[in-house]
Amino acid sequence: MSAPAVTEKKEKISVPFDYNKYLRPNKLPHIWCPGCGHGIVLKAMLRAIHNAGLDQDKVCVVSGIGCSSRTPGYVDFNTLHTLHGRALSFATGIKFAKPDMKVIVVTGDGDALAIGGNHFIHTCRRNIDLTVLVFTNATYGMTGGQYSPTTPIGSQATTSRYGSIEPPFDACEMAKAAGATFVARGTAYHTLELEKTILEAINHKGTSVVDIIDACPTYFGRMNKYKSATHMMEVIEKDGTVNVKQADKLPPEKVQGKALRGVLHKVERPEYCEQYESLIMEKAKGK
Amino acid sequence: MSEAAVKKLPRIVINEKFCKGCSICIDFCPTDVLELKGNCVAVKNLEACTRCQLCDLRCPDFAIQVFD
Repeated sequence: MSAPAVTEKKEKISVPFDYNKYLRPNKLPHIWCPGCGHGIVLKAMLRAIHNAGLDQDKVCVVSGIGCSSRTPGYVDFNTLHTLHGRALSFATGIKFAKPDMKVIVVTGDGDALAIGGNHFIHTCRRNIDLTVLVFTNATYGMTGGQYSPTTPIGSQATTSRYGSIEPPFDACEMAKAAGATFVARGTAYHTLELEKTILEAINHKGTSVVDIIDACPTYFGRMNKYKSATHMMEVIEKDGTVNVKQADKLPPEKVQGKALRGVLHKVERPEYCEQYESLIMEKAKGK
Repeated sequence: MSEAAVKKLPRIVINEKFCKGCSICIDFCPTDVLELKGNCVAVKNLEACTRCQLCDLRCPDFAIQVFD
């Protein structure tokens, strides 16, 4: 009888992750469309928070307006759903008033880079200890699929019926140039890698920006002739990106035109709240 | 007693209220265990399940879990 072999194999299996601990079950199911990548990213975020060992009451999730910004409604932390593009301003206030709080900002590409573009660059410049998760789905899903600052050239949207002619923003390059001390990119397809990236971003002291590529099958997908949510994930997220560690080893033609995944930039620089505190203490001693 | 009878099957729990029928779990399942029934996913061939949990990992709707 071959039963013992099966039993041995079974022990390697872990029990599924219990998301209910971090969710508000009465708010579910969420409003996101079938196949929307935001749910996958939310799961990776919850696992990363769990692995970071953070106390639920010491975490604050802040968001602006948009599909991705619905996240705080579903998670059981201190949460704040704020103005369009101004999530980072509110988050800065929270962090400044309560430096012990772990503040995670969940924002969309339009929210962070277009409407809140100015707040984004100045948050990066200050290097205040926030974890910024930018859900990049290249569309304004909630208002009907208009093109966003990350929509690739030639892609159709409600407001670009003949294809977008605007060059897209690279959120990572922008964050790096503005002075963020941790810049990374992940995708909903590479969900375990994303979990590790978010964990590293949470543990980093300073502004950490994670650009997360996910799919909007309802607007971007339908208008650009993707067959399904899985097809979008495979074309945009799997084939359209390459890990930064592998990029050096691959021939240049395989890296050309692809977005780099993984930790792209990590430096140490004095954090804003700490600097402020030390300045105040120094001046208080002087008198 | 045959091997199949001894083998313990996993338990796939599907929350029908949460499932939106996006078929991501069906496409990522390496052994073709799941199928779409109407607007909700259903188990087609439980014996083929290898407990890889790829369906759970990429379900955007918190709708599917695999218990051992």
